[in-house]
Amino acid sequence: MRLQILITALALTAGSAFAADETETGEYIAQLGDCAACHTAPGGAPFAGGLAIASPFGDIYTTNITPDPQYGIGDYTLEEFDRAVRRGVRKDGANLYPAMPYTSYAKVSDADMAALYAYFMKAVAPVHKPAPASDLRFPFNIRFGMEGWDIVNRPEVGFTPPYDDAQLNRGAYIVEGLGHCGACHSPRNLMQAQEGYTAASDRFLTGGTLGVWPVPDLRGPESAPQKWSDAELVEYLTTGRNAYTAATGEMALVVERSMQHATEADMDAIVAYLKHIGLPAAGSDKAAATGAGRSDDTTAMLTAAKPDMPEGARLYLDNCGACHTVSGQGAPRVFPNLVGNSLVLSDNPGGFIEVILKGAMMPSTRRAPAALAMPGFGDRLSDDDVAALASFIRSAWTNDADKIEAETVKKIRGQL
Amino acid sequence: MARTQKKVDAVIVGLGWVGSVMAMELTAAGLDVVALERGPDRKTVPTFAYPKIADELRYAVRYELMQRPADSTVTIRHNTGQTALPYRRLGSFLPGTGVGGAGAHWNGLLWRPNAEELRLKSYIDERFGADIIPDDMTIQDFGVDYDELEPYFDRFEKIVGVSGKAGNLNGAIMDGGNPFEAPRASEYPMPPLEQTYDAVLFAEAARNLGYHPFPKPAANASQVYTNPYGMQLGPCNYCGFCERFGCLNYSKSSPQTCVLDALYQRQNFEYRTNATVLKVELAPDGKTATGVTYADAKGEEVFQPADLVILAAFQLNNVHLMLLSGIGPPYDPATGAGAVGRNYAYQMTGATSLFFKNIDFNPFVGAGANGVAFADLALSQMDFAKNGFIGGGYQSSQQTNGQPIHHLPLPDGTPAWGAGWKKAVGEHYGHSMDIVLQSTNMPYRDAYLDLDPTYRDPFGRPLLRMTFDWRPNELKQAQFFKEKAAEFGREMGADASSSFYPDGHYDTRVYQSTHTVGGAIMGTDRQTSAINRYLQSWDVHNVFAPGANAFPQNFEYNPTGMIGALTLWAARAIREDYLANPRPLM
Repeated sequence: MRLQILITALALTAGSAFAADETETGEYIAQLGDCAACHTAPGGAPFAGGLAIASPFGDIYTTNITPDPQYGIGDYTLEEFDRAVRRGVRKDGANLYPAMPYTSYAKVSDADMAALYAYFMKAVAPVHKPAPASDLRFPFNIRFGMEGWDIVNRPEVGFTPPYDDAQLNRGAYIVEGLGHCGACHSPRNLMQAQEGYTAASDRFLTGGTLGVWPVPDLRGPESAPQKWSDAELVEYLTTGRNAYTAATGEMALVVERSMQHATEADMDAIVAYLKHIGLPAAGSDKAAATGAGRSDDTTAMLTAAKPDMPEGARLYLDNCGACHTVSGQGAPRVFPNLVGNSLVLSDNPGGFIEVILKGAMMPSTRRAPAALAMPGFGDRLSDDDVAALASFIRSAWTNDADKIEAETVKKIRGQL
Repeated sequence: MARTQKKVDAVIVGLGWVGSVMAMELTAAGLDVVALERGPDRKTVPTFAYPKIADELRYAVRYELMQRPADSTVTIRHNTGQTALPYRRLGSFLPGTGVGGAGAHWNGLLWRPNAEELRLKSYIDERFGADIIPDDMTIQDFGVDYDELEPYFDRFEKIVGVSGKAGNLNGAIMDGGNPFEAPRASEYPMPPLEQTYDAVLFAEAARNLGYHPFPKPAANASQVYTNPYGMQLGPCNYCGFCERFGCLNYSKSSPQTCVLDALYQRQNFEYRTNATVLKVELAPDGKTATGVTYADAKGEEVFQPADLVILAAFQLNNVHLMLLSGIGPPYDPATGAGAVGRNYAYQMTGATSLFFKNIDFNPFVGAGANGVAFADLALSQMDFAKNGFIGGGYQSSQQTNGQPIHHLPLPDGTPAWGAGWKKAVGEHYGHSMDIVLQSTNMPYRDAYLDLDPTYRDPFGRPLLRMTFDWRPNELKQAQFFKEKAAEFGREMGADASSSFYPDGHYDTRVYQSTHTVGGAIMGTDRQTSAINRYLQSWDVHNVFAPGANAFPQNFEYNPTGMIGALTLWAARAIREDYLANPRPLM
């Protein structure tokens, strides 16, 4: 019977050492580099492309990077592959759009590039299907223009270890290079180029914008990496949740597809590096957002639940209180804390409003498989309701952020 | 001609508690596993999302999460002299359907049976003598002892996440728990739920009457909890939408909250919904199953070959499939021969509502497994000779919800409609509390399940026929407990009361309990049981049927704890013994 054979086979392999070959290393490099985040469309075949990335200049569709010779990269040599990943230049000589973070990947080592190439060529299934063409407005649809952009903005290939510490250098290599954290977490200049590619720049990783979402600062004194303990950071990055908050939006995908796979040593290096690059007073997450010391009468008001309480408070009780509770603090790792929450309090309320309208879901990871989800309330709450509710939450308990106008909600609803 | 799917190592019929936990175990052993679920897929979001799930009419009255009688039902009769008729409208019991099964819509009471209940025949013989058992009462031992199952109860409670207080920790009696429970190796995973006011009053009265009250073991999280699979529960907010609903709050334990996301990560697991298993296919010699045939969403027949078949459907459906597939000889009540269908049993329940004009119980605050119980009248504590019946039960307070359509207790004598009814509703709503009984139901020679000779389901298969009625033993038991509840009313000074305890024939119209059990019972003798002590078919050795179908009679406690323990017990036998050498394990 087949079962018997299977059990025997398991018994035979159980004791043998795991042989790490180049494609396995390459798979790990692809995970840390999060290639799938852009090159695998939701529900699509792995690395077959087709994900639309909205840019201020129009939609950029990601390409098929499976080893299919016609529609993928099957006919790329290692040198050509390398030139695309680290220089942003296609096989045919055309320049890639910098939605592809080659400016970060420039730091990836030769050895990792070789492993990555081996993985894509040998271990990824070819998909014989073209990805849709990008749809940029003139003049941005002229790839020729990218050459000038590259001359100004593209860093040199190679990584110079900046520290005397192997762990910090490994962290820098991942965060600045392979992990391309700066692609979202750094501000962009007028040319849409990332501001700073290393911690030497005090703009690097100080927060940015992604669609309507604020991308948190990682360096200021009030930023999560500087406030949280190492263990809390590791927990957030590998499970998408910790005692305070949950990964939402794009970060949930980063955790699910990339960060959860980091080895313990690499995760420790990432955390050590992030802790090391804190800045005394930069970044967009301001301490002022939580009026520490302000008396907390919100909990008492919500507990009493008098009919004459303000509309935002009533909406909170009717829609949010079941999970986030009258204290706003939710429950650790299950219901995110709304008090002092950077998404809630950001100057850019887009992400917060989108979560209220559309809901959110935590990533399902090995360590924390539960894809805990918040339903969207967009079908239930009007723009005025959401504005009243969001304004209430931003000013409740010890929160102290600006009011949200219905007009802002309307605009974001229109973009969903 | 049925389409054939790629062969797998194991096919699981039904994706509720049994199916999902078994799938975790078998995939962990390296098997390729496919689960077939007849109903739709269900996830907390969007299926149970707030506020749409909190809809009493849709879920508690129109039974959105339950099986539709038009798709699947049973026929019922009281005795072999009658013609059974289809159970066309759900009433007395509510089988679930869809991913999560009954584990999605239950209340979350997670008990263990008493040790005596698992070896009931031996216990009675030793303690009271075999003569005390009436001739037609077919009590049996389960074939597995409490001590053997204890590690599996313990493990299942940790998977499920239970809020409670141990009363017997490794033999040491603990304050605040159930002093009559069998020894537990560890404390409950979470402390008890907060108690509602009715429970506070009930506990006080119980103590005054000489009983030993304790919080009911609740699979409703009293705090954040992470189980051994890494799955998480959030604290219950006592919203009162447990029974008949999916939990909107990740607080009620269910396959969704405790198992499925972890299972879905396994590459060697796949599940298909809207896949109704029609039959287990047998090899020509009838000694092994080759897989199952199911109907997909379009009604097309599909053959799923497999080396191992796990029947993890609702109790009635497991028995139905075994009868339809010829897995074991069908039971014949005239001769007592054959075992499949034998020993169907139910649960004897009852409820007393006590009314207090001056107390506002605020019924909107509630949880499915909320309340305080006492087990001084458990089967293990009863003198059957003195009482004149074989049985026992537990009584408890229970404030699950304030839903006005289906839970509107009114004092006895209140008009059932019109102005008098309206006035009574105004006076009494929110001013009553319930004392509920859950008690044993013994098996009888002609209480059984077989295939109906007349009625067929939409697939042309004969419906399952249930032959069942209350017997004098159980009716006496109900009256015994009704009187105990009345003592509470007097002790507490209730202004009025009402009660429902069966006192005649089994009434299928009134909801009593979904704890239907037996029909494919476990044991150590193939003449009197359909499956052996490892839940393996005596006749077709690669078919296992863990579930309430395995209970030879019904114990007083809610079945899920036992179902989970039996699933893990069967999984261990499969993993550690059967897979290396597939054969009858007994």
